Amino acid sequence: MTLLSVDRLTVAFRRYSGLIDRVDIDCLADLTLDVARGEMVALFGASGAGKSLFAHAVLGLLPPNAVVNGSIRFEGERLDASRIAHLRGRRIALVPQSLSHLDPLATVGRQIGWAAKRVGRKGFTREDAVAALNRFGLDELFLESYPHTLSGGMARRVMLAIASVGDPDLVIADEPTNGLDPVNAEKVFGFLRGFADDGKGVVVISHDLAAAVASADRVAVLRDGALVATEQAATFMRNGGEGLTPYARALWRALPQHEFRA
Amino acid sequence: MTIWTRFVAIRFLRLALLLAGVAVVAFALAKLSPVDPVTAYLGPNIAKVGPEQRALIAARWGLDQPVTVQFLHWLSNLVSGDFGWSATYNAPVTAVIGSRVAASAALMGLAWLLSGVIGFSLGVIAATFQGGWCDRIIRVYAYVLASTPTFWIAILLLMGFSVALGWTPVCCAAPIGLLPGEATLLQRLHHLILPLVALSILGISQIALHTRAKMIDILESDFATYARAQGASRLDVALRHGARNAALPAITVLFASLGELFGGSILAEQVFAYPGLGSATIEAGVRGDVPLLLAIAMGTTLFVSVGNTIADILYVVADPRIDLASDAALREIGP
Repeated sequence: MTLLSVDRLTVAFRRYSGLIDRVDIDCLADLTLDVARGEMVALFGASGAGKSLFAHAVLGLLPPNAVVNGSIRFEGERLDASRIAHLRGRRIALVPQSLSHLDPLATVGRQIGWAAKRVGRKGFTREDAVAALNRFGLDELFLESYPHTLSGGMARRVMLAIASVGDPDLVIADEPTNGLDPVNAEKVFGFLRGFADDGKGVVVISHDLAAAVASADRVAVLRDGALVATEQAATFMRNGGEGLTPYARALWRALPQHEFRA
Repeated sequence: MTIWTRFVAIRFLRLALLLAGVAVVAFALAKLSPVDPVTAYLGPNIAKVGPEQRALIAARWGLDQPVTVQFLHWLSNLVSGDFGWSATYNAPVTAVIGSRVAASAALMGLAWLLSGVIGFSLGVIAATFQGGWCDRIIRVYAYVLASTPTFWIAILLLMGFSVALGWTPVCCAAPIGLLPGEATLLQRLHHLILPLVALSILGISQIALHTRAKMIDILESDFATYARAQGASRLDVALRHGARNAALPAITVLFASLGELFGGSILAEQVFAYPGLGSATIEAGVRGDVPLLLAIAMGTTLFVSVGNTIADILYVVADPRIDLASDAALREIGP
């Protein structure tokens, strides 16, 4: 059954041009995407293609001047402001982009505890927090760490642990491998794949096409805010991308490991 | 030498230089002022005193000597702990300041605390409900009061609550005819209310506006958005992330605003004839009581400078991002 179903999603920002005229600047146009349980879908696009807006639109976290059109359904139910407010953290979790998403003045342990409170977990103990960290390869010592002492890879694991606390059905990861070395990036993708193998839906927003293809089931390719194609990950691997749409194929073949044959 | 001993040593050196500078400037200003200490001392008795006697008094006080000699004489007395004799109160300067500080400490301390607590709370509330009616009321209150002179507020309060309504006393720190020491605690508090309100009102609006601006930045930050993505309510984000992160800058502003607090207390005490350090300052100025005035100037310098240093130190001590063992911690604020 489809877990998340996004139909013709358009996100625009309303700006004043001069004193009276208002212009809407489209940032995401007509995006249609389905995610099923147990499936990992990668949303790929170059920087500025509107990928991150997708995560904020689904979670209802866009700024007030954003104009959203189209529909987003979760388990067949339309996500409006009050519905999403109820699902955030509990059913849909976000793994954000960077270290700046952790509160600089609170330890990792406290922030995990807060996340547990926010999803309404009663009797969440220190052991539970340690278990959440252990699952992503961090030990107990990290409970006392402040965010500024974490590396990018550690921060990503902490945020994965925070996401896991609510046992969500859908995990949306926004550029989870930005700034990570290939070894750590592969591990993070592995953890996200783990969520999918546990029967959750996973959306990975990424501009690392090779990593996305390696672990996702499907890859949706964005260009300038519009969806170009949604491809099966396996198609990329077959015969140097034969059968892909031209843009996806050009991207795939332009990767260094494919000798830059753009 | 560790980084902290060096820090303390340099701060002390800077404080000493600052005090020396203030001493020179304050002394020069007192000398240049048109108020003649002898005339001020004599008051109405001036008619009974001839020029010879005046010269005698001046010579007795050392006023006939060169200015530099006078200055060095005063400075050496100061260093040995002798602040001189206050002609206005006919008592040693240290005794006058001592009794005045006690009266002012209650007023200024409470005003400082109130403006911190109330101002911070108002700022947090305004930012949490940004754009709502609550925010509007707090903002209008803060802007109007931040741009209103203290003495004017004090006079309005006096007219409203003491004269028209008769709820509060018109003046002083104790009922007329009683010494402050003889009044009961309740009576003293009763006399403290209006000066306290007048003095707090200003501080509240400053801290509130500052906290509000800081809070709004924080509520738009990545970690506030992330908290909302975890299912946090608006209040949860405001208290767990907003207030905690805004507290440190607010405390810093509070310590750095000690100078304004002292300036405000001079005006407020004058309007309410409250016998604190502020009204003593005005008395000393008007009556040409140079030793008292200079001592107060030096004391205030010390007070404000220490407040600023505390603000600077708090900034590094309370922030976990700054590693206290490293040089970078103190480079942040300078020695």
